[in-house]
Amino acid sequence: MRQSNSYTLIFTGIVTIILGFLLSIAATSLKEKQELNVAIDIKKNILRSLDFPETQDEPWTIEIIQEMFDKNIISYVVDGTGEKVDGMKVEDIDPLTQGNLSPVFCKKGKGKDVEGYAVPISGKGLWSTLYGYFALEADGITVKGITFYKHGETPGLGGEVEKEWFTHNFIGKRIIDGQGNLVGIQVVKGQVDELSENAFHQVDGISGATMTSKGLNNFLMTDLQKYEPFFKRIRTKGNS
Amino acid sequence: MALLNKKSQVVLKDPLMNNNPITFQVLGICSALAVTVKVDTAIIMTLAVVFVLSMSNTLISLLRNFIPSRVRIIVQLAIIASLVILTDQVLRAYMYEMSKQLSVFVGLIITNCIVMGRAEAFAMQNKPGQSFLDGLGNGLGYGIILIAVSIFREILGSGTLYGFQIIPSAFYDSGYVNNGLMVLSPGAFIILGLIIWIQRTVYDIEEN
Repeated sequence: MRQSNSYTLIFTGIVTIILGFLLSIAATSLKEKQELNVAIDIKKNILRSLDFPETQDEPWTIEIIQEMFDKNIISYVVDGTGEKVDGMKVEDIDPLTQGNLSPVFCKKGKGKDVEGYAVPISGKGLWSTLYGYFALEADGITVKGITFYKHGETPGLGGEVEKEWFTHNFIGKRIIDGQGNLVGIQVVKGQVDELSENAFHQVDGISGATMTSKGLNNFLMTDLQKYEPFFKRIRTKGNS
Repeated sequence: MALLNKKSQVVLKDPLMNNNPITFQVLGICSALAVTVKVDTAIIMTLAVVFVLSMSNTLISLLRNFIPSRVRIIVQLAIIASLVILTDQVLRAYMYEMSKQLSVFVGLIITNCIVMGRAEAFAMQNKPGQSFLDGLGNGLGYGIILIAVSIFREILGSGTLYGFQIIPSAFYDSGYVNNGLMVLSPGAFIILGLIIWIQRTVYDIEEN
């Protein structure tokens, strides 16, 4: 009996239905919690790129991140010319049809001051698309921080992009040269020659991660070009 | 151990040392290399494998008289895969940071030869209670090696243990550097090789 075709079909059918049922229950009941985790992780990375320190004694819980984000961050949408789009929220952007609209996250300072701007960056590395945030100081020139929250690069090699030793090197670098042209930040092979005049725009590379670094250089530049009209406005505003 | 009879004790204890799935049968090496950079990831991975292995062994043993032998591998795999997906979903919901670090390796428990091997070699022939103990023993045997390797790799490669600084900063000031090889997979191969060597010497095991 156990060898008959109908028994086999019925048995596998029942097993499949039971397992599928259990898994869909688990997936639906945990979905809300998982989505919250992803949203919090993104907020955490925005905060981190804008130089909010996470101390050992006070690890960031979901509540602390929420509160910090709501209290200190204002977000708005800018269009292709760097103009702020009124009455539109960051969540409303549809990346498929509104590719020219981009979100900006500002760190509020004292009074009306802004202490920094974070923008999303993403692009291909070696194996995967990397997602992160890149933040500039209020002058629109100096790098405040960079973080990556999602990628599929090799752990220990390309995966090092998310590590502090690497991201820390970006802080204080400048994205424009003396003439005001956008040059971005390049990840070089080996170490930066501190004496060269390009040292302001370069960071130390990761050994064994040439392709990831190349990808990073490319998409960082593309994303910065997209935001250049916006940052240009900030720079001229600062000078006047 | 008075709770268990002689046979059960052997079933539980054998895979911890004498018949360890990693060092003796050399199964499950892929994940043993990948998740042993830090002790905390090794511990979570151990818990995940212990859960999947003991549950899959128990379930398959319960069904062993009903599973048609022609499709037994597929049925085993369906049960194992369901348990692994369940574990992955729970980790994503409750230990998000950890699940990001473990990335694909939780999902890859499905292909871990230890799980499949125990289902086919033990659970299909034995009672649920024994099969549960066999899964538990093999999971823990896997875990012991994982954690041992990760302790060496974390201390030598990062200077920390379970996230706490072990190597004093005075060492670094006087020129000590972390061993970068230990963070990469070859470091795990070397540690694992040494463990296998020591175990085989101590227990006088010879390849035949």
